[in-house]
Amino acid sequence: MYELRSVTKRYTRGKDTVHALDGIDLTIADGDRLVIQGPTGGGKSTLLQMLGGLDRPTSGEVVLDGTDLAKLSEARLTKVRSENIGFVFQSFNLIPTLTAQENVETALVPLGVKVKDRRERAAEALRSVGLGERLGHLPGEMSGGQQQRVAIARALVKQPKVLLADEPTGNLDEGMRDEIMEVLESMWKEHGLTFIMVTHDSAIAKKAPRLATIRKGKITVKENANS
Amino acid sequence: MFFTYLRRELRRRRKAALVVASGLALGIALVIVVNSVSSGMGKAQDKVLQSLYGLGTDMTVTKAASPTTGTSQRPRFQFDAKDNDSDAEQSTDRVMVQGFQTLSTATVSKVGKQSGVSDAVGGLSLQVIKVSGQFTRGQFQQNGNGGGFSRGGGQPQGEVKGGGADFDVNNYSVYGTDVTKPALGPLTSSKISSGRTFTTSEANAKVAVVDSAYAKEKKLKVGSTVTIKGVKFKVVGVATADSGDSAANLYIPLTQAQTLSDSKNKVTTIYVKATDSQQIDSVKSTIQKNVSGTTVTTSADLADTVSGSLSTASSLATNVGKWLSIAVLVAAFLVAGLLTSSAVSRRVREFGTLKALGWKSGRVTRQVVGEAMVNGLLGGALGIALGLAGAYTVTAISPTLQAQMGGGGGGGGGFGGPGRQAAAKTLDVALTAPVSLTTVALAVGLAVAGGLIAGAFGGWRASRLRPADALRRVE
Repeated sequence: MYELRSVTKRYTRGKDTVHALDGIDLTIADGDRLVIQGPTGGGKSTLLQMLGGLDRPTSGEVVLDGTDLAKLSEARLTKVRSENIGFVFQSFNLIPTLTAQENVETALVPLGVKVKDRRERAAEALRSVGLGERLGHLPGEMSGGQQQRVAIARALVKQPKVLLADEPTGNLDEGMRDEIMEVLESMWKEHGLTFIMVTHDSAIAKKAPRLATIRKGKITVKENANS
Repeated sequence: MFFTYLRRELRRRRKAALVVASGLALGIALVIVVNSVSSGMGKAQDKVLQSLYGLGTDMTVTKAASPTTGTSQRPRFQFDAKDNDSDAEQSTDRVMVQGFQTLSTATVSKVGKQSGVSDAVGGLSLQVIKVSGQFTRGQFQQNGNGGGFSRGGGQPQGEVKGGGADFDVNNYSVYGTDVTKPALGPLTSSKISSGRTFTTSEANAKVAVVDSAYAKEKKLKVGSTVTIKGVKFKVVGVATADSGDSAANLYIPLTQAQTLSDSKNKVTTIYVKATDSQQIDSVKSTIQKNVSGTTVTTSADLADTVSGSLSTASSLATNVGKWLSIAVLVAAFLVAGLLTSSAVSRRVREFGTLKALGWKSGRVTRQVVGEAMVNGLLGGALGIALGLAGAYTVTAISPTLQAQMGGGGGGGGGFGGPGRQAAAKTLDVALTAPVSLTTVALAVGLAVAGGLIAGAFGGWRASRLRPADALRRVE
């Protein structure tokens, strides 16, 4: 469970100070599915970075299961990320020289999983996203949708508590978008994850059970009874 | 994962890897060539010095010649006018001590007893000038106009025609060697190519070893006889100098040389072997302190007197070559570092993603350093191959260098070997470029250092990357 209390993030660019997040209070329960939207530069990616322990707030608390991520050492924060948080990026962020299976394995490397187990688990994760036949393919040999499936397999192979997705369908056409959203939703349901996604796509936002909108660093959250 | 990732990345960036490796290779190859050529220079100088000293000699002790006064030192030759009609060949030779003032054989013993001296042996260097030839009497011829008589008396008118002198001057060097100590002295720098060398029992024997070049010139061989100042010596061996330049034309037992030159119990040079080659300077000081009036010359002193193309090349190798290799290496290291750093900059998203996935900074840095190290080792291997090829080419071409030994006989100090004291001597030496294991080890060390430096640039850059950069690039 996430609890964000008065989270502020300021960036200084020359003489200007930008308030990316301005006193955010937010609670996200375990198993929640939250969609974050808002205009470009509104602070949604910054919020995702705080939630993922990729950055620290200027002030405030980001509490995950009772631990304030803002106060953890870099080593502890890295450990939290490696064990509990899965990331899916807009541009897939796969290592171009590694095969699909090896890319998925990279998420298990910091956990110290033995090579044989690593390979088996990576193959299984890829099979679960429908890429059982593409284990040895390089990212460059796959379509955008397939690459994003590999990225989803990489995020989920370590069985995290939280899945953070930053515009996961932003680089895909409509057909692919629906396909990927289907995969993500089924994974969310299957694994009981807390699933937080940033998107510009209003079609996806409409279907979200909880929709957070960030503008100029301020957040508003709406529950969607129709989802 | 480490090796798979490393191998694939290097393959993907093979052009950049090749540039980095080539730069390092060039620097390392230069270091190998310069080092091996320097080593070859050293060997060439050793060879030059060895030809003067002989093997095993660490220093020589001499007494500098005093400035000549008047004509007392000049050789004089006297020939009989021979009143009769004989045209018989006349010959006379002068045997002179060459170059230095003499030292007594007691000094040899005294030097031998000095602390740090393993052995000392004396030698007498002589110069022989032999003039041989004949006079031909002139013939008196009367004037051809009917023959007349002078107004004043009955003397026939006419003139002496023809006649004259035909003399040949043969100048050669003789070295009196202590046959009881064959392991020290100039003869050790020659190999016996025919016959034998002296035996220790031949201290008073009239035997000689002749230098091969001189033997060829004078058509001498084992069994021939050479006559010096009327004394006949039997040639028992022919010696060929290792450096191609012999210490003397003839070698005879020391006692015989002393007798011929009226220098009983005298030597010109004492050859000294130190007990420890690292202590030569202190032994030199000891001898100079305890045996007054002498000049002690070590191989280091001699090396300073070597000039000519060998000296120039040596200076080039040690100065220009050394700095050039350092400059190229520094440039190669910098280029490798900057290219690695720039490669890391292009992989911000990749490394940021790995950090977001939970890779520690150390693991990412190791990956970058590992790639740089492989680049360095590739450069090292390439550089060693290039360097060995360069050194092999130098050895194959074997350019001839000239070593000029500045004349030291007149002034004090001077060279140890006989026959070289008076004037500058030029010696041709073929340059080689031997590559030692130390040089190869140095090259490997440089390759590792290059990899580490490049890795340090890239690793530093990678360690500073924040995982948030993986997301920021998307926005």
